[in-house]
Amino acid sequence: MADTDTRSPARSRRTRKSRPRPETLVAYYRQMLLIRRFEERAARAYTEAKIGGYCHLNLGEEPTITGLMAALDPRDYLFTNYREHGYALARGIEARRVMAELYGRSTGVSKGWGGSMHLFDTGSRLLGGYGIVGGQLPLATGAALAISYRGGDEVVMCQMGDGTTNIGAFHESLNMATLWDLPIVFVVINNGLGMGTTVDHSSAEPELYRRAAAYRMEGARVDGTDAVAVRDAAHAAVERARSEQKPFLLETTSPRLRGHSVVDPARYRTAEEKEALKAADPLARFALELEESGVLDAEAREKLDAEVKAEVDDAAAFADDSPHPDVSTLFDYTYATPVPGESRRLPADPVF
Amino acid sequence: MATVTYRQALRDTLRAEMLRDEDVFLMGEEIGVFEGSYKITEGLLKEFGPRRVRDTPIAEEGFVGAAIGAAMLGLRPVVEIMTINFSLLALDQIVNHAAKIYGMFGGQCSVPMVIRTPGGGGQQLGATHSQNVELFYSFIPGLKVLAPSTPAEASAMLKAAIRDDDPVLFLENLALYNTKGEVPDEVAPAEIGRAAVTREGADITLIAYSRMARVAAEVAEKLAADGVSAEVVDLRSLRPLDRETIVASVRRTGCAVIAEDDWLTYGIGAEIAATIQEGAFDWLDAPVRRVAMAEVPLPYSKPLELAALPSAESLVTAVRDTLAATGRR
Ligand SMILES: Cc1ncc(C[n+]2csc(CCOP(=O)(O)OP(=O)(O)O)c2C)c(N)n1
Ligand SMILES: [Mg+2]
Repeated sequence: MADTDTRSPARSRRTRKSRPRPETLVAYYRQMLLIRRFEERAARAYTEAKIGGYCHLNLGEEPTITGLMAALDPRDYLFTNYREHGYALARGIEARRVMAELYGRSTGVSKGWGGSMHLFDTGSRLLGGYGIVGGQLPLATGAALAISYRGGDEVVMCQMGDGTTNIGAFHESLNMATLWDLPIVFVVINNGLGMGTTVDHSSAEPELYRRAAAYRMEGARVDGTDAVAVRDAAHAAVERARSEQKPFLLETTSPRLRGHSVVDPARYRTAEEKEALKAADPLARFALELEESGVLDAEAREKLDAEVKAEVDDAAAFADDSPHPDVSTLFDYTYATPVPGESRRLPADPVF
Repeated sequence: MATVTYRQALRDTLRAEMLRDEDVFLMGEEIGVFEGSYKITEGLLKEFGPRRVRDTPIAEEGFVGAAIGAAMLGLRPVVEIMTINFSLLALDQIVNHAAKIYGMFGGQCSVPMVIRTPGGGGQQLGATHSQNVELFYSFIPGLKVLAPSTPAEASAMLKAAIRDDDPVLFLENLALYNTKGEVPDEVAPAEIGRAAVTREGADITLIAYSRMARVAAEVAEKLAADGVSAEVVDLRSLRPLDRETIVASVRRTGCAVIAEDDWLTYGIGAEIAATIQEGAFDWLDAPVRRVAMAEVPLPYSKPLELAALPSAESLVTAVRDTLAATGRR
């Protein structure tokens, strides 16, 4: 597929390190914009009570996501935490199916069983968003072990937040990954905060990528607001993992533009911090860069924006029109191999 | 037909399954070079090499999670956790991940893995090393929990567990490893989720699993000599629970004693007793009794340990009390 495939840059192969072609940059911009508008639409739907549970947004992380996903091949596997809507979109999953999952509908990627935090799609090898902090790390490590066991050439990318580097599973997983020469790239999205706790307040080694050294793993930090820089760093790590079976710890830095989740007003941030965040919006900066370099003028940008908005509105309408899962399907997914005596009892039903 | 130990039956089955299916591999602490803390994996590293018999770091959460991830890609890992006490360090991966992945993602991905682990007290290992916490796993929809009591059952159930597409917690028992029994040359995989009436009787039903199922069988033998006809139900599967077999037996005998190696309060027996009152209320001639571990962290001291653990004698006492309470004799 060509560089200009706007829906899924993750599916294109290209020569990296060179300055990307203008149409690639526009494709990246479009994808970031899609994530931005999708998240804004999700926030609105949440306040309209169309979306339940928790809802964590990728606002501020759009260039990171676009860069990371551009570095992955379709054959590669992705594990993420619960802040993963953008990853699903960038992996090429239709906005409709992602939004429908947020709405809990049967047309959603996880058929309405997962919700915002648990997007899964076999086809695009997104092997789950996970709501337990750090839960995805041992799983991703095991997926890499399976690849290695079979002598495959796929790579696993395992995304997590900064706060996740303090959990035991992080350390156990990095240790196994080096020990067993696994093709896995761990990516820490450092947005400076757990929920409201800063990195400095929670991490004795706040330069998180340096934690790799304890496991004789290479690590690097890259500016997460620069999609091309992220792509190049991730691509180097991914291809090294593929050819040399060596794990890597990549840290990206980016602002979290809003609260921890949709309902968090982020009162722990000062007015100045909030003001500074507006100026730090990487998407606005990228738009300006593209305009100044003559790649995308204001008019073309407006057109893209209208297109993306229409796509997101369509996704929301699709989700709204989709059916809820039928109650008769409640017991369909407890076991993959059915068993006798499996309970199909509803709360008021007698056992006998 | 050969007479082998429970240990040997497990080892032979692991080996046979590894020979049958290249996707089956073993992971765990000290299972390779050390050949297993309880020597279940003896000789397997030599035969299959480190790719298929993988020694892991002491990182229960990490390696159990890694096995889940490998299973998500279609392999069939069989993980050994040295004893069930240490499985608590992997609780998040077992409960929040292995048990959830199939349902939470709408049936897109199954987790065909087995966690083998022994429970058991009575070895003077002290409070942290003598627990029976299979209840924690039996509580969780999405998991299957098997608890064989004989070498033949161990073999048939391990086969079934490995071939099953769901995560299975396979409960072994330290006190059973050296017990012997006949195992057929060709073992068919067991049907998961079925209890077995291992001895028929008319007067009382004894319900047990794992080590206590063996004790119950011995007790039934002794009682027969005294003219008491006890039926024995070996649960075999703690989840799913075969309620029909339990209730059918109690409807025949009119009373029941449950024997379990875990603690009584909220224990496995509590669920069995609740099942019996709901399914056989009108058939009961006496209250359902439970024989279970004393409610203490198990002490090291031998006399204290012996006093705390359920035994054949304690089961006999409960049977006599229950029969007396029926007013039949
Ligand atoms: C094991 C566990 N502990 C606590 C929580 C609650 N929790 C959800 S998100 C979060 C903060 C995680 O921060 P980070 O890893 O930096 O990710 P971010 O949300 O910033 O993307 C916490 C504490 C959880 N989900 N899981
Ligand atoms: Mg964070």
